[in-house]
Amino acid sequence: MKKEHGSFNEFDVLHQIKHYLPAQAPLKDFIHHNTLHAFQHLNFFEACRLANSSFGYKTSLSLKEYRQLYSEGKINPEIIKACINRRKGEENLSVWLNKMIEKEYHSLTLPKIGSVRKNWKKFYRIDLDSLVFPILFRTLCSYLDQGISIWNFPVHHKGFLSSLREMEKNSFVSLFKTERAKNLLLSSTCSIHSLLELLVGKEELYEDYLYDQQFAHQGWSGMVSSIEDNPNGLLDHKKISLHDLIVFELLLEIDVLDNHFTDIWAPLGSRIKTEHEPLMKPIMETEFHKVLRLWQEAYEWSFYDEVLRGIQTNPLTISSPSKKSFQGLFCIDDRECSIRRHLELHDSNCETFGTPGFFNVEFYFKPEHGKFYDKVCPAPMTPKFLVKEIGGKGQGDTDANFHKQTNSLFFGWFISQTLGPWSAFKLFLNIFMPRMSPATASSFKHMHHKSELSIESSNPPQFEHGMQIGFGIDDMVQRVEGLLKSIGLQNNFAQLVYVVGHGSSSVNNPYYSAYDCGACSGRPGGVNARVFCYMANHKEVRKRLAERGVHIPEETIFIGALQDTATDEIAFYDEDKLGENYLQQHLQNKKTFAQALDNNAKERSRRLVTTDSSGSAALVHERIKRRVVSLFEPRPELNHATNALCIIGRRGLSKGLFLDRRAFMNSYDYATDPDGKYLLNILKPAAPVCGGINLEYYFSRVDNQKLGAGTKLPHNVMGLFGLANGADGDLRPGLPIQMIEVHDPLRLLMIVEHFPEVILNSLSQSPETYEWFKNDWIKLVAVHPENRNLYYFEKGEFHPYQTIHSETQLLENAENLFENNIENLPVYQLKGLMV
Amino acid sequence: MIEILPLFILLPLLGFVLSLLIPAKSENWLSRIAFTITGTHFFLIVGFIIYWLFHSYPTLNIKELVLFKTPTYEFFIDFYFDKVSAVYLFVGAFLTFLVTLYSRDYLHREPGYKRFFNTILLFYTGYVLTVFSGNLETLFIGWEILGVTSFLLIAFYRDRYLPVKNAVKVFSVYRIGDVGLILAMWMSHHLFHENITFLKLNNAEMVNEHFQSHSFIGVFIAMMILMAACVKSAQLPFSSWLPRAMEGPTPSSAIFYGSLSVHIGVFLLLRTFPFWEHQYSVRILFGLIGLSTSIVATFIARVQSSVKTQIAYSSIAQIGLIFIEVSFGLNDLALYHFAGNAFLRTYQLLVSPSVVAYKIREQFYHFVPRKQTLEDSFPKRIEYSFYILSLKEWNLDTFMYKYYWNPFKWAGNRLSFLSFNKALYLFVPAYLLALITSFYQDDIPVYIHHYLAEIFALIGLLMVLKAFTERRQTFLSWFLVIFNHFWVALAISFNEHFGWKETVFYLGGITIAGTLGFIILRRMKKLEGNIDLDSFHGHVLKHPKMALFMLIACLGVSGFPITPTFIGEDLIFSHIHENQIVLAVMASFSFIVDGIALIRIYARVFLGPHLKSPEDAPYRSS
Repeated sequence: MKKEHGSFNEFDVLHQIKHYLPAQAPLKDFIHHNTLHAFQHLNFFEACRLANSSFGYKTSLSLKEYRQLYSEGKINPEIIKACINRRKGEENLSVWLNKMIEKEYHSLTLPKIGSVRKNWKKFYRIDLDSLVFPILFRTLCSYLDQGISIWNFPVHHKGFLSSLREMEKNSFVSLFKTERAKNLLLSSTCSIHSLLELLVGKEELYEDYLYDQQFAHQGWSGMVSSIEDNPNGLLDHKKISLHDLIVFELLLEIDVLDNHFTDIWAPLGSRIKTEHEPLMKPIMETEFHKVLRLWQEAYEWSFYDEVLRGIQTNPLTISSPSKKSFQGLFCIDDRECSIRRHLELHDSNCETFGTPGFFNVEFYFKPEHGKFYDKVCPAPMTPKFLVKEIGGKGQGDTDANFHKQTNSLFFGWFISQTLGPWSAFKLFLNIFMPRMSPATASSFKHMHHKSELSIESSNPPQFEHGMQIGFGIDDMVQRVEGLLKSIGLQNNFAQLVYVVGHGSSSVNNPYYSAYDCGACSGRPGGVNARVFCYMANHKEVRKRLAERGVHIPEETIFIGALQDTATDEIAFYDEDKLGENYLQQHLQNKKTFAQALDNNAKERSRRLVTTDSSGSAALVHERIKRRVVSLFEPRPELNHATNALCIIGRRGLSKGLFLDRRAFMNSYDYATDPDGKYLLNILKPAAPVCGGINLEYYFSRVDNQKLGAGTKLPHNVMGLFGLANGADGDLRPGLPIQMIEVHDPLRLLMIVEHFPEVILNSLSQSPETYEWFKNDWIKLVAVHPENRNLYYFEKGEFHPYQTIHSETQLLENAENLFENNIENLPVYQLKGLMV
Repeated sequence: MIEILPLFILLPLLGFVLSLLIPAKSENWLSRIAFTITGTHFFLIVGFIIYWLFHSYPTLNIKELVLFKTPTYEFFIDFYFDKVSAVYLFVGAFLTFLVTLYSRDYLHREPGYKRFFNTILLFYTGYVLTVFSGNLETLFIGWEILGVTSFLLIAFYRDRYLPVKNAVKVFSVYRIGDVGLILAMWMSHHLFHENITFLKLNNAEMVNEHFQSHSFIGVFIAMMILMAACVKSAQLPFSSWLPRAMEGPTPSSAIFYGSLSVHIGVFLLLRTFPFWEHQYSVRILFGLIGLSTSIVATFIARVQSSVKTQIAYSSIAQIGLIFIEVSFGLNDLALYHFAGNAFLRTYQLLVSPSVVAYKIREQFYHFVPRKQTLEDSFPKRIEYSFYILSLKEWNLDTFMYKYYWNPFKWAGNRLSFLSFNKALYLFVPAYLLALITSFYQDDIPVYIHHYLAEIFALIGLLMVLKAFTERRQTFLSWFLVIFNHFWVALAISFNEHFGWKETVFYLGGITIAGTLGFIILRRMKKLEGNIDLDSFHGHVLKHPKMALFMLIACLGVSGFPITPTFIGEDLIFSHIHENQIVLAVMASFSFIVDGIALIRIYARVFLGPHLKSPEDAPYRSS
């Protein structure tokens, strides 16, 4: 039971610590989120300052890096001036320019975290961490292990501490070296408070002691906290809590101290005489902070301004083609930005749309022979529906090299004599002729190509685990209507409408699920595409949709597809159900897709130094495909790197522009939504999803050591749920350097095409969405739909914005550009898409 | 065909030297050199082995180069080639070639790209040299290169705490193996009165004849060889270093600790097989160590929940089996087993990141809530005890602390009263006095004379112990390490008169390297202020060149085969009589601690997170 002990309230403190710990889920569900989510109630820059002073996180580029960018011409001098003028007034321009560009700052301040516990070393000359961590991590990892160890943790159903207690009680060997710690564990009364009394002794230090302790290995603590909150994050459920972890760690510390000192040792608090500063004390904004802030804003607006200029000068009257070859619905994902452009360039009669890649159908997916349910919708949703695969193939090929028996003694003896030489051969093959193997995580394996799905519920509906199998007609209507209205597609349907989900393939990549569709909880979006198409093709659904103002002509047919963003391949589903009269058009469109994917591969190759970008698009495409299945390639694709924009509006707003795969794009037509109802529905998921991706990239980029995962190359898979360096390291949450090295740390600029007052009105209805913008974690600009005037959002209001960049350059041929540039490219006006 | 043998060593060496000359920025050239050299080497070797097989696979031996010669002593490089060499060579060349190709893209954009390929090529040179070696001396050169490159690759991520700490740890365990080899060489000098070649060991009659009169010596040598092999192949009680060595980029872990480096212990056993073939007690011991290792390591492997440590312990268990095979004399089987194990573990480590996607998928389709394992059928108390014991790695790591590092630390800490000045006032006059005594040693009574050598060696040992535990004064530590050698040299001179030429050989290299190190340390002190030994400073970030030179200086002082000190060390030992076990033990302890103290100075001053820029430093626990 919770007891009040003076100033220290265990429940509150643990709750707070959990809030600040990294919130990364186990590897199988990698979901991007704002790394500093715990600070989101503060303004962005204030939060960065606080996170820096308390936890020592680097939260911006260094002054040197900004100046370097400036000298390379990546920060525009005109923009710098504009930023100073806006913040400091024109009269102070030269003073602040000097501060930004010339003045030296010596800014080293040590973070407050760790200041209590470091006294162990100072006064007791003992390195507690290096004695406690190895056994602590080892025990945690073995307890949580999902299937690496052959011999599992013997007691598992009772919770972490109780399991340890049970084992300690019935064992000749102890995890502890001394008696006292063991007895404390066995006497079930040991509470955090009583243990802290032994170790620290001074109540006012307890809270910070626990912070110091848990943030000395925030990877493990964060993982425990995440599993405590969401046990479904592990297939093999484990009961654990941060409380248990802390108790065990405190016991280990007592054990180590008892073992180290033969005498009785005094609690740490008795040696600390100095006045103690609270961890989270806000610090004042110094001139140095102001300079960094100006640099960051100037850096961001240098890019924003260029984009906004491009949008403003983009011809107003891009109408949709009159005779359409097809329409394509794609994910909002920034990687789909270029494939849409290539399709439009290649076939001027096609039309593309963007929407979150779960296509407004949220459900759990259960593949044939699967033992679990895969959630395929944004992470915060909890679907009530289940879609089952019928006629799938299950796991597919297996590889004996991964078999646990290879690590047993006698079988291992046999294996190493037989499989050994065979592995040599396989390695040889993969290095010279990389190809798909069972080790590859392939997006196309998620659902079998030829399988059937249980999309429509039976009457009466059947249930499994409390979920309804399939959707009823009303459910379908609601979802199809919601999607089509939000992207403004209610009339003018083409005969063929492709709904394209996306996934990604890679090998030797523990982050594989971070590369799949974020809107599908890190799974490929192919199932959703198929499910949506089924609904939209449903006669009864169409009838009811017509009653609600969405008129899908009888001859229109929706076709689901899955595009692989790493290999740039596409698979269409249910093609055999297409009638004769569609086939020819479909084959024609397939050629368009094939060409666009080749071109897309070539465009992507420009940033991948180890893939040669010269030669025909088809040739480069082959190289890209080979790269993806190569064991030795730590960058199968660059995922969301360089993302910086989110455009919500009609395609005409950005259609003619080359945005270099940096924009999330959600289609939206202000005209069909005068009061911003659908806009709110778009913003609600777009802010956390796009903002989360953007900020995770931002923070992993500016502090790859503390907020990112460092380099991928020495990573060791721990228990199938996390990664650490070497044998005894802390888990590394965040993104590895291979994912973020080309990323520019810019906050997301959300560009919404609507009247400013409507946007403001929509936002104000959802406080948690509004927070992202109010506190500047995402920047917002409104584009007036009638005259393309621009308004930027700050401190709760829209202000008119004048662009500074001059003309947007015209781009005739992108081919050369792709062969010779690896850096970010400017915004271009594309000649091929001019009207 | 014998003339071609040296070429096989020169080629990788050439690659190493070339790779040093290429600027760090040109990834392409670095990797091109690495894979051209290793590729050419591989195809040459395949060709050579085929040719050799078709010419009725003779055993080849070539006395290549005499490095030092006195009437009673000869230090020479000797090459040897037989079936064992052929298999080790083929596996090594094949895997190194593949791994260099693999790393070409894998390490793209890694800041240590050049360092990585330099180290791999140097490692390969050492490996080939070891495999081709025709006597213990030549083998020892290769062996030392393997040790140092291991250190460099474990500490590849030198800005993080754990890799550096583990690199120092592994290096200090390796040092035990080095001493095993040195003592084996020392005794075999006395046994055979020459630097015996492996070829001659094949002469069973000759070997037997020597054993008849010196059976103890025979056992001693075999034990030392066994110790060296156990260290290098992570057998009991040294096993715990192997999982801790998995700190570098995955391909380097694969080639070092998955395949080539760990099997060198087995190689040593196979190579010296004729020597202990008839010592059945020793063979039983080999077998027992192998057996117990394979059992213990299997238990530990079964509870490992991280991919790389599991592979490491499984590999150790297999090597334990190979030890058993060797002890039974099943050398062909052992060779085949080595090749299979090396290939398998390399592949498993290289695909280890795939394990997440693969196993999660497998689990998704085949999940069984809780699989029964063998141990579940044990009585509960036994099951839990074994589990906890295995989780704690059977206390193997604690064992190393308790019986290896901590005693040295304890002894060194007794000397904590010695400040720089005190040490100076104490040791310099003492040394002068001792030097004077050595000139008049003929006048010293025999019973005192007898002990003087040991006393001086003890003083030397105390100095390095102090150097090893010194926390504040880097210079003191440095001087003590160097002075140690002077004491040892002096001690030996009491044993036998040896000429100034030998002294120059031994102390010459040390003096030069010592001075170089002193200059660097002084410069660092001036530039950076704090270079104490209480924590890692990470100065390599700002001073990479100085770090390189400091490494060379440390290697020079520690007797790495870049200065004549290396030969001198062997020479020194040849002057210790076979009955002077105490002196030999003290000299070899000095040698162990000396190496650790040196690498500690290098690591503390230059490696680890950069203390002066904590905002960029990684977490200590990462």
